[in-house]
Amino acid sequence: MNLHEYQAKVLLSQFGVAVPGGIKATSQQGAVEAAKAVREKGPWVVKAQVHAGGRGKAGGVKFVRTIQDVEEVAGRLLGSTLVTKQTGSQGVPVHILLIQDGVDIAKEYYLSCLVDRAKKRIVFIGSSEGGMDIEEVAAKTPEKILTVAIDPIVGIQPYQCRQLGFQMGMSKEEVSQMVKIMTGVYNTFVHKDCSLIEINPLILEKSGQLMALDAKISLDDNALYRNLDVAELRDPTQEDEREHIAHEIGLNYVALDGSIGCMVNGAGLAMATMDVIKLHGGDPANFLDVGGGATADRVARAFKLILSSDKVKAILVNIFGGIVRCDTIAEGIITAVKEVGLTLPVVVRLQGTNVEAGREMLAQSGMNIMTADDLTDAAKMAVAAAA
Amino acid sequence: MSILINKNTKVICQGFTGSQGTFHSEQAIAYGTNLVGGISPGKGGSTHLGKPVFNTVADAVAATGADATMIYVPAAFAGDAILEAADGGIKVIACITEGIPALDMLKVKAALTTNYPGVYLIGPNCPGVITPGECKMGIMPGHIHLPGKIGIVSRSGTLTYEAVWQTTQTGLGQSSCIGIGGDPIHGMSFVDVLTLFKDDPQTEGIVMVGEIGGNAEEDAAAFIKANIKKPVVAYIAGVTAPPGKRMGHAGAIIMGGKGTAADKFAALDAAGCTIVRSPADIGAAMKKFFS
Repeated sequence: MNLHEYQAKVLLSQFGVAVPGGIKATSQQGAVEAAKAVREKGPWVVKAQVHAGGRGKAGGVKFVRTIQDVEEVAGRLLGSTLVTKQTGSQGVPVHILLIQDGVDIAKEYYLSCLVDRAKKRIVFIGSSEGGMDIEEVAAKTPEKILTVAIDPIVGIQPYQCRQLGFQMGMSKEEVSQMVKIMTGVYNTFVHKDCSLIEINPLILEKSGQLMALDAKISLDDNALYRNLDVAELRDPTQEDEREHIAHEIGLNYVALDGSIGCMVNGAGLAMATMDVIKLHGGDPANFLDVGGGATADRVARAFKLILSSDKVKAILVNIFGGIVRCDTIAEGIITAVKEVGLTLPVVVRLQGTNVEAGREMLAQSGMNIMTADDLTDAAKMAVAAAA
Repeated sequence: MSILINKNTKVICQGFTGSQGTFHSEQAIAYGTNLVGGISPGKGGSTHLGKPVFNTVADAVAATGADATMIYVPAAFAGDAILEAADGGIKVIACITEGIPALDMLKVKAALTTNYPGVYLIGPNCPGVITPGECKMGIMPGHIHLPGKIGIVSRSGTLTYEAVWQTTQTGLGQSSCIGIGGDPIHGMSFVDVLTLFKDDPQTEGIVMVGEIGGNAEEDAAAFIKANIKKPVVAYIAGVTAPPGKRMGHAGAIIMGGKGTAADKFAALDAAGCTIVRSPADIGAAMKKFFS
């Protein structure tokens, strides 16, 4: 789950990370009032709050000098749809703005904190090249990407912050602020179970203050149960509607463009099923992992989700029963087909626990369900049915 | 021979009396696994499925000599359960639970590496480990397996079953099968399991099933190239996975641009593995080495 920039900054500042003055606004009038409260006179920065990078280039971040401009830009952004290089062509809706102090920037750095799966540590990444696309920095000048790994049992130490700060080219005065900022970022990360905190840029203001000019936080979905305060910051308007519904009912779903709807158990097998469909000349309409604890009801809901795309011409169900039993899946398929009055061809490939009972139920159902023994046959039948 | 577990392995179950623990313990016993008891704090002294229940892992080890555990406790308590098992003297820990917070696993991993270097952790978020015909510790359907000569290691649960089923259909059978789990921070890696398969005389061929993301498959490819003479058939899931579902900027940097299925296929191909583009071809590809 992702937080908005304004939410991330509130959280970070609670842990001692300096951020520029800023207030969120959800209306034109609110934006004007927020601007006046942030500072008496301009400049301000009006920032669209969306869950996507590349806002600046897409016109979602505007530097303004007058209250009239705040009002004008706010009016233009609120209610609009922002299309950035990370959103896809459908874009994301803008309904919240952050009105921020237009601070004077002397220097820009990059700082992020994440879990490195190879090192099995929380690591910080720092760079003197702030405010840029960090992937580009990594590709062109890898020597400018600096990292420090934190021992999870000992926690972050001041020397590690100093080391990274000096390597990034900071002055002594900046480094002492860097210790406070990195410690605050680390504490936010471990206390709120984050999976990513990215500050780009981390700036040195002309006054000599080091602060997070932008902030992005992603949270570990598996730990939301113990971080209810941040869990309730979720903004469903920023998520694909079907993916949001899937999340609510505990399914793992990603919408795609093809014509063959897929329902599979296990993320690996779900990806493999998409690969095999493609290999046999078809196009998957979605990735859908019904998970280990699929009940008949969840299978039925999964079916409805697949059918919510009008591009779907055929459905391929591929279940290898382990925890989930084939008879449960069969019951769900039959229920769903009845409930939604399904007319599309359905190809079902069942294998594993209670497979005989499952196949028997499908055969007895009297419905137009094709069954296949192996994945290749199943994929070929689905591709033919969708053609 | 086999790896990690066999018919003499004394298995306990943590989360024994819960619904998952009960169902899969019943299945394990029916399969012939030497399940010697289970843990359920506060229910020590009682009996479940005809086996003794203990309050702690330490109690169970003292009373039964257990050396392996399968963990079915809920995600919020699973990190604790892994550490309790290691501290209690268990050598092989299969943690089936999915959804454990990453930060919990970071601590568990650090503690295991530092304090219990001889312990094998399989998972979490995995199907477990099975030595066909001898010992089943996990959620895999037992009947699809066949004692035999192929070692199987996979990041994905259901794809493991796919590889198992095909090696059973072709009559090759399996020495041991291990699902190492899909979480970013997990126990045994591909290389850890391949090291054991390399030295196991029963294992004559190896099936490796990977996924996009991370660089564990590239590490495995380097290890295979340098160390493994047995035939290896490899498949990577996710060639068609949508690229838009990224984990944010910085994650990609750490991986150094690695992680695509194409990169992984190329690395495994260069390491001398037989790569298959469809998981449906795993069994046939392996069969060619033994006809």
